[in-house]
Amino acid sequence: MATAAIRAEGLAKRFGKTRALDGVDLVVEPGTILGLLGPNGAGKTTIVRILTTLLRPDAGTARVDGFDVVRQGHEVRRRIGLAGQQAAVDEYLTGRANLVMMARLYHMPAASARARADALLEQLGLAAAGDRLVRTYSGGMRRRLDLAASLVAAPPIIFLDEPTTGLDPRSRLDLWAMIEGLARAGTTVLLTTQYLDEADRLAGRIAVIDHGRVVASGTPDDLKRGVGGERIDVRAPDADTLPAVRRAVAAALGTEPTLDPETGRLTAQVADGVAGLRAVVRELDRAGLAVNDLALRRPTLDEVFLALTEREVAS
Amino acid sequence: MGWLLADSWTVAKRHLLHIRSMPEKLSGVTIQPIVFVFMFAYIFGSAIAVPGGDYRQFLLPGVFVQSMATASASIMAGIVSDMASGVMDRFRSLPMARAAVLIGHTGANLVESGLGIVAMAVCGLIVGWRPELGLAPTLAAFGLLLLFGFAMSWVGVFAGLFLKSSEGAQGLGFVLIMPLTFVANTFVPTGGMPAILRAIANWNPTSAVVTACRQLFGGAVPAAPAWPQVHPVLASLLWCAALVAAFLPLSVWRFRRAMTAR
Repeated sequence: MATAAIRAEGLAKRFGKTRALDGVDLVVEPGTILGLLGPNGAGKTTIVRILTTLLRPDAGTARVDGFDVVRQGHEVRRRIGLAGQQAAVDEYLTGRANLVMMARLYHMPAASARARADALLEQLGLAAAGDRLVRTYSGGMRRRLDLAASLVAAPPIIFLDEPTTGLDPRSRLDLWAMIEGLARAGTTVLLTTQYLDEADRLAGRIAVIDHGRVVASGTPDDLKRGVGGERIDVRAPDADTLPAVRRAVAAALGTEPTLDPETGRLTAQVADGVAGLRAVVRELDRAGLAVNDLALRRPTLDEVFLALTEREVAS
Repeated sequence: MGWLLADSWTVAKRHLLHIRSMPEKLSGVTIQPIVFVFMFAYIFGSAIAVPGGDYRQFLLPGVFVQSMATASASIMAGIVSDMASGVMDRFRSLPMARAAVLIGHTGANLVESGLGIVAMAVCGLIVGWRPELGLAPTLAAFGLLLLFGFAMSWVGVFAGLFLKSSEGAQGLGFVLIMPLTFVANTFVPTGGMPAILRAIANWNPTSAVVTACRQLFGGAVPAAPAWPQVHPVLASLLWCAALVAAFLPLSVWRFRRAMTAR
């Protein structure tokens, strides 16, 4: 069996009375992307901090590229790149100076450090801004520079902690494309995210983290199947027609929709989204009911979590 | 060890580049002491009589030393901001010599302090301060000032590694620097202070360095019976050595295991 790029077993960590990690096992094969999906405070960042040698686990072991993160931290640090939640770049240096500094700290000679900085600025679309102070950069540019900084030594394994949180949609797409490019080139990526669509798009495998534990893991399709397919949302125009709309949806789908009392939105889970949507439209037409909103959508992260944690409680 | 020096130099360059993009960073070691020179020279100088001497000659060493101590507050703020922005985590995830992050920062701080000394000396010369004993003692005094600045910067680094916010750094800097530089012979002789304050002032490291500089620059040195005031140069060297010996290893230790809450 080839060495896993990342292998963690039984990682545990507590901060005071809070149990941040409670026995986390992970395996990431070389050249793949693992998405750690979970809400704020689930323990994703703690996992990243342990795997990047910033934090010692209270229990459990972790190996990165075969090296123990506690006992062989220096070897691990030579093989990883880290881009944290904030863009950890120096505001008062130029983009180029930031990258040159990083390259020098990886002990590259001065000339190769400058060449590497130029190449990365080019690769991440920052060549024109390379000599400007980072404080003049937009949020998306900072994240790209931060990613560039983590790639300076062309590490075989990179850790991206919520790389797109707070970015506008355009920058988000750009960054996704860059991360995909890295994986195609053979880099192993561990990324954390709060967004199902991000994990879905990028990650070959997803581990869902909640309360410091892996509550589910598998391919994105595995997970979506596990939480029961798509949802149909319907909103009645007013409280008077709500019961009729509700009856129509129930009749069309053969299942009672749930009502969100705040928004008046009815939601029903369907196995085949398109067929369900057509059935609902037919039924509403037949009953002569108008609705404000009718949509087919994939489960939200909230629903994935509810489904996964409910299943846990049940089992 | 070779990498420790190389990495420290890389980190120091980072902080020195900051001066170009953020000249206000130097205000703590330039503008503030310059204001002090003019303010004390013309406002307090008109009212404070120094036994057997000229107030400006008495004042300048005090301002020099105070500005060296103040630099520790600015390095403390720098450390706190690097920790808050994730820059420290990035450094700690690199295969670099970890101590270099701190050594490079204090080294750059030393250069800034040197620039501050030049600015203050020029202002001092304008208001009538003169180093009277020749080149060697004058350079020795500047060397002592830089050493004190270096020692104090390690106190600032150590304190900064425990703080979470830059507001905290400002508050602590004030609480640390004000008594250290005012319960001392910096601006007034200690002779007239209440007994307890006078004892503290006479043993305060700031006072030792101030008196040493007054001796080395030449001019009136008000007599104080405490040992550090009788042997000010030796006392200053001992104080600086003790501060570095304590706070450099403590800071490196704290930095190696500094773990933020998440």
